[in-house]
Amino acid sequence: MKETPLSNCERRFLLRAIEEKKRLDGRQTYDYRNIRISFGTDYGCCIVELGKTRVLGQVSCELVSPKLNRATEGILFFNLELSQMAAPAFEPGRQSDLLVKLNRLMERCLRNSKCIDTESLCVVAGEKVWQIRVDLHLLNHDGNIIDAASIAAIVALCHFRRPDVSVQGDEVTLYTPEERDPVPLSIHHMPICVSFAFFQQGDPNPTYLLVDPNEREERVMDGLLVIAMNKHREICTIQSSGGIMLLKDQVLRCSKIAGVKVAEITELILKALENDQKVRKEGGKFGFAESIANQRITAFKMEKAPIDTSDVEEKAEEIIAEAEPPSEVVSTPVLWTPGTAQIGEGVENSWGDLEDSEKEDDEGGGDQAIILDGIKMDTGVEVSDIGSQDAPIILSDSEEEEMIILEPDKNPKKIRTQTTSAKQEKAPSKKPVKRRKKKRAAN
Amino acid sequence: MEEETHTDAKIRAENGTGSSPRGPGCSLRHFACEQNLLSRPDGSASFLQGDTSVLAGVYGPAEVKVSKEIFNKATLEVILRPKIGLPGVAEKSRERLIRNTCEAVVLGTLHPRTSITVVLQVVSDAGSLLACCLNAACMALVDAGVPMRALFCGVACALDSDGTLVLDPTSKQEKEARAVLTFALDSVERKLLMSSTKGLYSDTEQCLAAAQAASQHVFRFYRESLQRRYSKS
Repeated sequence: MKETPLSNCERRFLLRAIEEKKRLDGRQTYDYRNIRISFGTDYGCCIVELGKTRVLGQVSCELVSPKLNRATEGILFFNLELSQMAAPAFEPGRQSDLLVKLNRLMERCLRNSKCIDTESLCVVAGEKVWQIRVDLHLLNHDGNIIDAASIAAIVALCHFRRPDVSVQGDEVTLYTPEERDPVPLSIHHMPICVSFAFFQQGDPNPTYLLVDPNEREERVMDGLLVIAMNKHREICTIQSSGGIMLLKDQVLRCSKIAGVKVAEITELILKALENDQKVRKEGGKFGFAESIANQRITAFKMEKAPIDTSDVEEKAEEIIAEAEPPSEVVSTPVLWTPGTAQIGEGVENSWGDLEDSEKEDDEGGGDQAIILDGIKMDTGVEVSDIGSQDAPIILSDSEEEEMIILEPDKNPKKIRTQTTSAKQEKAPSKKPVKRRKKKRAAN
Repeated sequence: MEEETHTDAKIRAENGTGSSPRGPGCSLRHFACEQNLLSRPDGSASFLQGDTSVLAGVYGPAEVKVSKEIFNKATLEVILRPKIGLPGVAEKSRERLIRNTCEAVVLGTLHPRTSITVVLQVVSDAGSLLACCLNAACMALVDAGVPMRALFCGVACALDSDGTLVLDPTSKQEKEARAVLTFALDSVERKLLMSSTKGLYSDTEQCLAAAQAASQHVFRFYRESLQRRYSKS
């Protein structure tokens, strides 16, 4: 679907409000929206909500052979998908620009910063390493996808547990989760992206900035600065896009703000991870079912419901009794010669003058007939060819006779028309055949 | 009331008086549903069956591409996205099954030359995925206010090697089963809208009857969750 264009009055309203340091949802310039992290039952699955923007993250692992130039390192693979439910404008062909930009940013932020220790993912050097795959799905787009996605990615990676592997000499044993507890990944630091939206109001000097822009603010912004930082105040990635010109002290100020925000977010993440681990250890209930709030009027839960299936057999009898009788059974195929079979009797053709390309009713006994003929065609082609040489004269008669009643001894000519272009005619034959099927049903 | 029926089932099991070889111990897992949780789609629902969770978003009736428009009814599109990896043939076939079910129920003729898109995202898969997708799609269509002639629900059942029927199987039960059958039933007369089966089995009608019994619970769940949402008290 095409994206609804932003009206001029909305645009002006937003820009004027930003000039007066006001935001539509009442936040301050440097405020983040509420972040909510919930975990699923399997390891490595999490949903992050940044305000209304929602991202689902899942980490999975597989044993593969390593890249040739990095024989002792594991492989990290990131995939961010903009689901069609996130925004009506996200159609499969249409989002390539934004998608590439976001994916590239995620890769730079997480892979190039070496936040995951890839050396520890090596099992047998040069032969088997772990490939860690992070799949992120954007479920709802309300601005600032990159922040939400980076939080989801790092949370999922921290939450994930890979199967334990032990190497003894030449023997490699992979333990299932039941045999040995799965092992967490070794993560050095947690880089988190912070986005700054810039607005230039006419003359370039008073440039207004907003942290964590929502969807409307993103639409009217002039430029975006993304800083990926970890809690040790190390910048992992910086990207400025949109063509705004930033002064050095503006960038430094942004990085200071980012430092503060990242520290807060990291604390939130660690707390969420700790809570989840505690619940799992104590044997309490965990997973998405628990994260559905009970008090919400739009949410409803029902406990395990036993079903009484003791009268299933009587009901089954009823169903069989009430069911309509099956449609007329098609008679068994009659094989005339190798390469020709007939199913059903066929009906009078009421189409008027038929051309050569029109197919006989014989083939239309059912879809099976076409397949059967097809198979037999391959084996019976030579036989049919011989047959065709013998009966050219009868052919010219057959066209007229086809219109009246189809008789079994007309079949050899039918083979001939089939063989001339056996494969090609299979396709067009399907259409007329199907129309005739309807007539038979009516009869 | 639910607790009483639960204890009754337990007693029956203990006495071993299963009047049918199916066993009275069938039960559906814990259900949960949340509607209207996403702000962009016209309707959205998250449906949980035990540990299986599917999120559905509906856009519609909305503008449709000229190449896809149908002159007298709405074009229904279903998109199913797996959690890991790119969508493959299995997803395409499930999309088609869900689309056929929805087309049978949605009153498309009220909105000609429009499109109704149902997007499903698998959040976690722990058995009976297709049934959960159907339930999520139905709740999302209700949340979006798309006119339908009936509600529908999905029920999965598994037959293991000694013929015992298990409703709403977990992924472990599905793996060990000899056949897994998923039925889509409508709410008016519990008629069959769609069935997708795999494996070796001969007693379709019994599984269908069991699914019909289970669908009563699912429809009751729908009714109660909608009553909770729309009632004035």
